Amino acid sequence: MAGSQRVYKQRIKSTQSLKKMFRAQELIAASRIGRARDRVTMATPYSRAITRAVSAVATHSNVSHPFLVERTDTDRVAVLLIASDRGMAGAYSASVIRETERLIERLESEGKKVDLFVSGRRAVSYYTFRERELAGQWTGHSDAPSSEVAGEIADLLLERFGAPADEGGVAEVHVVFTQFVNMVTQRPRVIRMLPLEVVEGVAPAGDGAAMPLYDFEPSPEVVLDSLLPRYVRSRIYACLLQAAASELASRQRAMHTATENAEDLIRMYTRLANQARQGEITQEISEIVSGADALASAS
Amino acid sequence: MAESLEVDLVATDGKVWSGSARQVSAPAADGEIGILAGHTPILSVLRAGEVRVRPADGGEPLVWHVEGGFLSVDSDHVTVVVDAIKAASAATTH
Repeated sequence: MAGSQRVYKQRIKSTQSLKKMFRAQELIAASRIGRARDRVTMATPYSRAITRAVSAVATHSNVSHPFLVERTDTDRVAVLLIASDRGMAGAYSASVIRETERLIERLESEGKKVDLFVSGRRAVSYYTFRERELAGQWTGHSDAPSSEVAGEIADLLLERFGAPADEGGVAEVHVVFTQFVNMVTQRPRVIRMLPLEVVEGVAPAGDGAAMPLYDFEPSPEVVLDSLLPRYVRSRIYACLLQAAASELASRQRAMHTATENAEDLIRMYTRLANQARQGEITQEISEIVSGADALASAS
Repeated sequence: MAESLEVDLVATDGKVWSGSARQVSAPAADGEIGILAGHTPILSVLRAGEVRVRPADGGEPLVWHVEGGFLSVDSDHVTVVVDAIKAASAATTH
């Protein structure tokens, strides 16, 4: 019986140290999530300005740009998956990977070939374990993405979109990421990044006066040519930031649950340990009593 | 005194400066462009160079070194959007 008491004590101790770790992870995620959300807000003025400018060009000139036109010369498409570098975030990576798998299945059923670009170590290891070829991968920045990384990703995707069909050009670029709705809800989302659909471009046309008649310097073509890559870059940056905030929120929630589970386990093991101790004492007493009885009846 | 411009200077990761100014000058694609109140709406590409903002309340002009971007003017509202930005050391001497 002494054995089981010791075993329970050991389990309590190891669960306690696990609990400490979960709690620490929860606090780290909680402290970082504020910063991640600030970054989302800080990137908003830039993306708003860019969107306005793109809409202005789109409404005031009939300039066409390769980024706005559907490509029909290739059936290759690119998918960018944004997941996390570390686990301990509940189903965060799993659900965004599942969404990607669904998208790939749909695209392949339409007869398209998918080139997969992956950000986040968890997703990279998921695909390398399954021996799937990755066209590009980025790791080590998932919970605090910088605009440089976003630029790098965007540049590669734009280059592939602009490349000729026989040099690996792609006809579409899709992005799968997790949208940060609020602290409790994060939703995996798929958006088609390229060819671009500037949704805001349609609205101002109706209320005419809202958009002034701009002069374009040096020309509408050049302005659009410099705006669109920036627009894509800012969209991808926004996706990365959303994904980072979602990752931290999921991690905080998952670690909170884990901490609570650890507490439950500790409580249960403590009860079992007490029971074992009680049993041991009872046994010892009955041994003494029966020993004394035996001595008494012998004399 | 002439009306002033509302200026927003934004970079990829946040708003850098915002306020009212008398004059803004920036390195447009075809050469330095200077903007005063009442400028026609314009959308211009920027090269790498210096963006100067002369605040409306007088005081020292503010200078930043930028790595390209674009600028839009629309009824005295100036938005300068840049990729990378660095406060120039010349800010105090000009």
